[in-house]
Amino acid sequence: MSAPSMTPTPSKAGPPRPSPPSGAGSVPPAGRFARNLKRNLTAHGFLIGAVLCFGVFSWYPMVREFFLAFQKTENGRTDWVGFDNLVTVFNDPAFWQAWGNTGLFTLLALVLGFAVPFLVAVVINEFRHGQGYLRLLVYLPVMLPPVASVLLFKYLYDPGYGLLNELFTSIGLPEQQWLQDPDISMLAVVIASTWMNMGGATLIYLAALQSIPGELYEAAELDGAGLLRKIWHVTIPQTRLILSLMALMQVIATMQVFVEPFLLTGGAGPEGSTTTVVHLIYQYAFNFNDYGAAAALGLLLLVLLAGFSAVYVKLSRAEDE
Amino acid sequence: MRSARFRRSRRAAAITLVSALSLTALAACGTSSSGDDGGDGAQQNGSSDPTIPLDPKTKVTLTIDCMPPAAKAAELKEWKEDVAEFNKTYPNVTIEGRSTPGQCLEPPRFTAMLKAKSQPDVFYTYFTDLPQVLAEDGAADISAYVSPKTVPLLKDIDPNVLDSLRHQGNLYGLPTSNYTMGLLINRKLFKDAGLNPDAPPRTWDEVRAAAKKIAALGDGIAGFGEYSAGNTGGWHFTAQMYSLGGDVVDASGTKAAFNNELGKQVARNLHAMRWEDDSMGKTQLLKWGDLQKQIATDKLGMFLAAPDDIAYMVQQLGAKYENFGMGPIPGGKNTLAGGNNYMVKKGISPDKIKAAVAWLNFKNLTVGKGQFDWARTKADGLPVGIPQPNFWLNGSKTKDDAARVEHATMPVENFKAFMDNPVAGKAEPPKAQEVYKILDNVMSGLLTNKDADVDKLLSTAEAQVNQILAHQ
Repeated sequence: MSAPSMTPTPSKAGPPRPSPPSGAGSVPPAGRFARNLKRNLTAHGFLIGAVLCFGVFSWYPMVREFFLAFQKTENGRTDWVGFDNLVTVFNDPAFWQAWGNTGLFTLLALVLGFAVPFLVAVVINEFRHGQGYLRLLVYLPVMLPPVASVLLFKYLYDPGYGLLNELFTSIGLPEQQWLQDPDISMLAVVIASTWMNMGGATLIYLAALQSIPGELYEAAELDGAGLLRKIWHVTIPQTRLILSLMALMQVIATMQVFVEPFLLTGGAGPEGSTTTVVHLIYQYAFNFNDYGAAAALGLLLLVLLAGFSAVYVKLSRAEDE
Repeated sequence: MRSARFRRSRRAAAITLVSALSLTALAACGTSSSGDDGGDGAQQNGSSDPTIPLDPKTKVTLTIDCMPPAAKAAELKEWKEDVAEFNKTYPNVTIEGRSTPGQCLEPPRFTAMLKAKSQPDVFYTYFTDLPQVLAEDGAADISAYVSPKTVPLLKDIDPNVLDSLRHQGNLYGLPTSNYTMGLLINRKLFKDAGLNPDAPPRTWDEVRAAAKKIAALGDGIAGFGEYSAGNTGGWHFTAQMYSLGGDVVDASGTKAAFNNELGKQVARNLHAMRWEDDSMGKTQLLKWGDLQKQIATDKLGMFLAAPDDIAYMVQQLGAKYENFGMGPIPGGKNTLAGGNNYMVKKGISPDKIKAAVAWLNFKNLTVGKGQFDWARTKADGLPVGIPQPNFWLNGSKTKDDAARVEHATMPVENFKAFMDNPVAGKAEPPKAQEVYKILDNVMSGLLTNKDADVDKLLSTAEAQVNQILAHQ
């Protein structure tokens, strides 16, 4: 077999063929680059806007954050301070509490925010009629502005005039302090967050469920499987990969929780029980004017989330294959 | 050939257009400042000697923030009138006001503005922002520009207020307003509870007794309210410590100073009011704005506040002036003091600094003019009679107090207890926000946990504050 032609040879049958893949030709790389650039000039032109916007508003701040984490500004002078900002962050009494609270939020959000949408999707999938209506109903909270949803829960949880305590007392249960009780404040935040965000996950689970071949369920029924056994032996194995991906996405999203505790409990909550890592970053940057410490803590969070993201990418590839 | 050339030129045109649009969009996204070099095209021809007032012939353009937004029509009208009046003396000074909806200064926006060095030539700050502004090298030292020649009533400004704007002897701002914290009361609820609204409680024991009576009115009414979130809980814990003669950070600025008998007294009193008397309401984790809404709707009897909270409640929440009264802070040993001011951006030209001082003198520091033109304020339907700003001394104070009484739009006798019993003001502690964040936990612990261990809350907070102060 002969090697492909090194220069494009005009064909009698049609227009010149594109040049062969890189590394195969005798055209100098610079010339090839210039030719490729020229051919794609229009496309590159249209990309400029997006690239500039991403560059200025996403990539540059990320790089800048990395440098900020090792700098300190005093009297207008910025100096390199090595790991001082990390030391400051580690010495903050709220540091471990914030990580603990964030971990607790993530765990509770996994238990509630992961299981509930899945179960809701399973139930909706069982309906023969009105699925569209139910999907809309489940997705509606996602369409509400987050602040409105959070304030709604603030009223529901209010220990003085909140609806939840009214319900509790009407059925003889004791009133709860909800957001004001350090033992259950985070759970209350997770419940609000789950209600606000479960719509998207439910629709994804529903799509995954509907892609499971019906024959598998029929075969399971023939084998005498009930609803729970069908879920355990058919539904979960068939949706395992999407479940894993959603779980990881959930972890990545919930580790960055800020809006819900900030609006529901003022951020810190009773005795600091809802202080999260991102809230601490916010405090450093905007209340304490310590951008170095904020960047250092942001860097720690970035490293952790990058680890989760790597697993996510690996799982995504596995799904593609 | 022609078609290929046309395609090329069309492609080039498309690229040019897209690039131009992108750059325009980016430019629009960014913020701008008038520049550090005064390079706004203005003619800079005055004397560079800072002690000489601005030459009226000097052409200068000055950007200033906190111009009232369009929604505040009366205030905006006064601003424009003041600019016109100022321009009669300085016709070559162009004032470019910048307005922001809502609060003039929101800490996150302010912090970002300083970082980006995009503050206007003359920018608004709180007294407590001075360390932050200096850390960012954002303000000019205006000591040499401020003298009786440029600010004729300088000798009548409370030196404590000016000291709040000094660092190492250098002056970095001129005051707009100042406050000392007192006890704000709802007069209607006081009357309903059989209390005398003209004699607000003067001790914390009296506050507790009055709160109990007001809460007994029922219908979800709380007697006394406190913050416990958003760092405002720590702020008010500090105010209560000051009121008893205590402190939260010692004189050296390196150790917490609240884990003592005074701190325990503050904590136990609050815990008792919340849980034994049930006089502080069930809803807690409140922050600035929440108590104002409660008292404006007759659901709260009293709370610690600055006088300008009354204007906020009337103008923003629809309350009535006659419903409020004010007394000095209970305890009365010291009270938290603060205020706001304008600073001048570092790096602008001497002429601009002179123009800034001239404007600030006219607008904020002249009795009978600008913000102290009470006759005009009344005519425009704005409040007159709130005991704030309160920085005049000597003859200026006499003159200004008389003008306020003459043009008062509210019953000023409701603030008599506050005005007749001034309490010495005390500034906020070092690392105030960091300390407040920790003290928020003390407040939220006391007000949300019936079984709160006062000793443990204070000792934990003490260890944490010491840790913060040790690493400053």
